[in-house]
Amino acid sequence: MVTQAFAQEAVTPTEENLDNATDATHGEPVVGLTGQDDPTAGTHATTAASEDHGSGVFPPFDPATFPSQLLWLTITFALLYLLMSRVALPRIGGILENRKALIDADLAAADASREKTDAAIAAYEAALAEAKSKAQGIANTTRESIQSDLAAKRSAVEADLTSKVTAAEARISATKTEALTHVDEIAADTAQTVVTQLIGDIPTDSIRAAVAKASKE
Amino acid sequence: MAGTDPIHQFVIEDMFPLFTVGGDGTEGSGLHFAFTNSSLFMVATVAIISLYLILSTGAQRVVPGRAQLVSELLYGFVANMVRSAAGTQGMKFFPLVFCLFAFILTANMLGMVPYFFTVTSHIIVTFALSMLVFLTVIIYGFYKNGPKFLKLFVPSGIPGYILPIVVPIEFISFMSRPISLSVRLFGNVLAGHITLKVFTGFIVTMSSLGFLGILGSALPLIMAIALTGLEFLVGAVQAYVFAVLTCMYLNDAIHPSH
Repeated sequence: MVTQAFAQEAVTPTEENLDNATDATHGEPVVGLTGQDDPTAGTHATTAASEDHGSGVFPPFDPATFPSQLLWLTITFALLYLLMSRVALPRIGGILENRKALIDADLAAADASREKTDAAIAAYEAALAEAKSKAQGIANTTRESIQSDLAAKRSAVEADLTSKVTAAEARISATKTEALTHVDEIAADTAQTVVTQLIGDIPTDSIRAAVAKASKE
Repeated sequence: MAGTDPIHQFVIEDMFPLFTVGGDGTEGSGLHFAFTNSSLFMVATVAIISLYLILSTGAQRVVPGRAQLVSELLYGFVANMVRSAAGTQGMKFFPLVFCLFAFILTANMLGMVPYFFTVTSHIIVTFALSMLVFLTVIIYGFYKNGPKFLKLFVPSGIPGYILPIVVPIEFISFMSRPISLSVRLFGNVLAGHITLKVFTGFIVTMSSLGFLGILGSALPLIMAIALTGLEFLVGAVQAYVFAVLTCMYLNDAIHPSH
């Protein structure tokens, strides 16, 4: 575009180009952009005239290429902006938001589960403590009842034994006293027998009196 | 000598002439519109960005694949940039900044392919993009803040007698923004491509000088390889710089009193 344009412009006399430029200025302003045309055309002509044939201006500073570049930059950048702002960016933003929401929800669920677990552990420990205390209570009451039972039985047995012992002792003492009462009789009998053997019969009463007299001494 | 001419790569050629507005019908008069090689690469740039972003996110997976992850990282990168420089209110300009960053980055990367045209190596393209930013800042600044937008030129906490000096400086620096923004990108890309072409041209020229020349051409070859890496870096960094500065200028429009 540039090189061709300049090659042709360079061939044509400079004045004609300048005339063209001025014509464009005087011509009807078709579009608002037409006003920019004049300096453009002017620079064309002068640069083309001053430069060597075909070399043209430094391409990035060549105003002849500006309209096309601006047109296509506008079209492509507007299209890019539309596609980005309507499609791509909301979609990526949505993905990121979804992910964040999902992670937050998962974290909340995990928190809730942990709290539930904690509560369950606490309940379990409370139940365990209660059961322990209950078991201890049961053990205590059982032990106490057994002990009281045992004590009662023992005391009963002991009372029984004591009564038996006392009864036995009473019996022994009774027997003893009885036996002791019989001692005089035995002694009298023995004495009578001995006396009879020795001196012949004597009245039983005198013997008994003698035994009683002897046993008293 | 088009093979080693470092300027030849920037020449715009018509592929299909479209129409001419104004002029008197002779060659070179009026506004000539055509589908050029530059237009082709603009279309290619937009097509690559759009197709990649739309196709890679089509499945909308919660656990992303590689392709989707790249799209998400690009989104997150630009979103963070906008949020940190222009605040949450600046997020309404996120699509604009994203498009600028993606367009410039892709155009720069495409331009690194041999024989491909670099869209951003033309001042009119970078200037149009920076004017888009500049006008957005001005229009939105006045729309949102009204006359308070002019506070931008009056820094707070400055004693009154310095204002006659500071305000013109602020004004000039504001008005020169589109120029600095466009020339920075254009200059970096243009200079990089010319340098690359010059060094690769040395290789061809030297290797035609016989055995010693072929040996010596290793030096420009090494330079060309290093410069290729550097140019990829420059292409990415310039896209980033353009996007960051856009965010900072938009921040002025949103919060004019700095």
